[in-house]
Amino acid sequence: MELFDLPLIWAFIIGFGIIMYVLMDGFDLGVGILFPFAPNEEARDTMMNSVAPVWDGNETWLVLGGAGLLAAFPMVYSIFLPALYIGVFLLLAGLIFRGVAFEFRFKARTSRYLWNWAFAGGSTVASFAQGAVVGAYIQGFETANGVYVGGALDWLTPFTVLTGLGMLAGYALLGSTWLIMKTEGNLQQWAYKITLPLLLAVLVVFGIIGVWTPFVDEMVRERWFSNLSIIWILPVLTLLCAIQIYRSVRDRRDGMPFVATMGLFITTYLGLVVSRWPYVVPPEYTLWEAASAYESQLFLLLGLLFVIPIVLAYTAWTYWVFRGKVRAGEGYH
Amino acid sequence: MELDPLILSRIQFAFVVSFHAIFPVFTIGLASYIAVLEGLAFKTENPVWVKLSAFWTKVFAVVFGMGVVSGIVMSFQFGTNWSNFAQASANFLGPILSYEVVTAFFLEAAFLGVLLFGRDKVPAGVHLFAAIMVATGTFISSFWILSANSWMQTPAGTELRDGVFYVTSWSEAIFNPSFPYRFAHMALASYLTGGFVVAGVSAWYLLRGREVEANKKALSMCLWLLLFIAPAQAVLGDFHGLNTLEHQPTKVAAMEGNWETSRNVPLLLFAIPDQENQRNLFEIGIPSLASFILTHEWDGEVPGVSAVPVDEQPPVAIVFWSFRIMVGIGLLMIAFAVTGLVLRAGGRYWRTNWFLQGMRFMSIAPFFAVLTGWFVTEVGRAPWLVYGQMTQAEALTPSLTGGMALFTLIGYVVVYALVFSAGVYYLMRVLYVGLEDRDEDEHEADRPKRPFSAAHVPFEIDHNSDDTVGTAKPVNQGGH
Repeated sequence: MELFDLPLIWAFIIGFGIIMYVLMDGFDLGVGILFPFAPNEEARDTMMNSVAPVWDGNETWLVLGGAGLLAAFPMVYSIFLPALYIGVFLLLAGLIFRGVAFEFRFKARTSRYLWNWAFAGGSTVASFAQGAVVGAYIQGFETANGVYVGGALDWLTPFTVLTGLGMLAGYALLGSTWLIMKTEGNLQQWAYKITLPLLLAVLVVFGIIGVWTPFVDEMVRERWFSNLSIIWILPVLTLLCAIQIYRSVRDRRDGMPFVATMGLFITTYLGLVVSRWPYVVPPEYTLWEAASAYESQLFLLLGLLFVIPIVLAYTAWTYWVFRGKVRAGEGYH
Repeated sequence: MELDPLILSRIQFAFVVSFHAIFPVFTIGLASYIAVLEGLAFKTENPVWVKLSAFWTKVFAVVFGMGVVSGIVMSFQFGTNWSNFAQASANFLGPILSYEVVTAFFLEAAFLGVLLFGRDKVPAGVHLFAAIMVATGTFISSFWILSANSWMQTPAGTELRDGVFYVTSWSEAIFNPSFPYRFAHMALASYLTGGFVVAGVSAWYLLRGREVEANKKALSMCLWLLLFIAPAQAVLGDFHGLNTLEHQPTKVAAMEGNWETSRNVPLLLFAIPDQENQRNLFEIGIPSLASFILTHEWDGEVPGVSAVPVDEQPPVAIVFWSFRIMVGIGLLMIAFAVTGLVLRAGGRYWRTNWFLQGMRFMSIAPFFAVLTGWFVTEVGRAPWLVYGQMTQAEALTPSLTGGMALFTLIGYVVVYALVFSAGVYYLMRVLYVGLEDRDEDEHEADRPKRPFSAAHVPFEIDHNSDDTVGTAKPVNQGGH
């Protein structure tokens, strides 16, 4: 008999890693999505500068999540990746292009427009792919004996296209509220202007997804409608966050829209988690069935218990160092 | 034609891993070199060391950036194309690879930033400490990766139950039989790579008469290093080979191009292996030398490829020829290192044109040696993925079709071609601009923490810089 319920602890760690990734890489992907629509080239410089010091730290959570998933829940890793094969490739290609765009755009002069496209295109493709992954998770996977047996494009359905678009809109909203918080002047005014239409788009798409999801799967329907449970507080909180975004944009409060957007993401994420809990490979496998051996989970946990606090402290320190407004021309002339 | 997902996945993995491998093998060696330069700068306060360190740190930043980008792909390959392997080996490889990620994070997050951007912002001692930590970090990172790979070559400390590996002893699994040899072999390979690249680039600068004082010192340092480690690598390679003979005799048989287990086996210099008929079509060799090298007795017994069934044999020609290219380059390295020593008489090593030209071309040789070395050990393991326990065919993702594998193979080739030609092109620009002091490019963004920001070099060829002296500077340099 094992001393601790390690799979449960690991589920919390990885669940925490995922939402950290979504919130943090979300706003810098969002800045990339908004990039082509920026008022001018100077604004683009500032936009990129606002995320340049932190974006690769943000992506560390993705790599850590991937490796952690292999270590703690290998079944999830070895079913999701084959099932999402083409989507994973698009995600990686997108992340590579936007990653190198960060490096080369500031070095480039005549070829700068190419790096602009690499940054915007890469961010958009990667965001859409992430949304589609979420949709595919809600849909569930066709498996036999712990192995994916479906087709190459099973993940691509009208529902996952919608969740992909939802992620695009959501990240764009995170991006615009981030810009409200981090910039000033014309760029900030532009960010204020686009935030409410983006919020509307997010509410519409999230709303459709919310209504559609219970019909995608019976278990989810059961969870939400069989008896009126405490979990209904989550969509209520999501709505409250949306109202808060609206009010704070109306009152021109610089920091609050971003905070409220993070709240909107967190409550939506929790809503998703409770819909499928404790299934990590729906509709078949729970987190206990998908877990790796006890000694393997323990071996890595001992290291991570020491490391995660340091990662968090370092992350906090980085954001502290780069706090405050990014001004046009600052760090770039 | 039916597309075979197994072959396509093997080609894809070979492509992405080969592409990835050339970056870390260089940065591991270069990180140690930078730490040494920083140490010398700290101790002597000679500005030459600072100049060299600053320049090579720029190069390090660019190459490290490319290594990180190509590494992200690697961590997903196991799941996308080899999911049965991922599932089966996760109990061991999952924690090992996670520890590698954690190490890499520390390296990049905590110390790389200080090394790249902290020269004027932190005390000299702290900067030196950061350089040492980055160098140490690259080694710890490769420690985990090579442990994982060695376990696949010589699995130990695990048992296979119902198709899944369970760890019975972490220390036996991590320090499996081939690990010490592979790790040492790779560490020396990294130093050889770093050494030959720095020496080659310095030789090129010397040929053009640029920053002679600093580049002379760099070349001299590298030649001393290479003089010791190039021969040491040959000795170590021999030990590694003997370890392989013990644990993977078929791989050694393929390396020697030896089909039948026999005594007095010649060392083949040239042969055309014919797998179908299990023999060599044509061969030139030195009698009994392979027996002597492998067993240290002239009539020692050397295993043959045919000792195992045909479907358990690796493709002999690839292993045989990769091994010869690797060893050939290794011997060439020793020759150059010794020539460097000879030319020290009268201080000719930095003034002898043919030697400098030779060193210049030798700067790319280690990369071929490293890649062919990996071909030997990886292809030589075929058809096994986990030696003796799991074949490549068993490891493949069951749902993978040939079309899917082909799609992503072409995709990765296109993405890498675009991204890495930009990267290599930019690296060439950094080398071209060189060590000379010049005004920091005024268009340069000074953004902390970005690897490439450490390289203050514009992307395009700058017609306003002093390589076109005499051209009037336009008032408007563009960029807005």
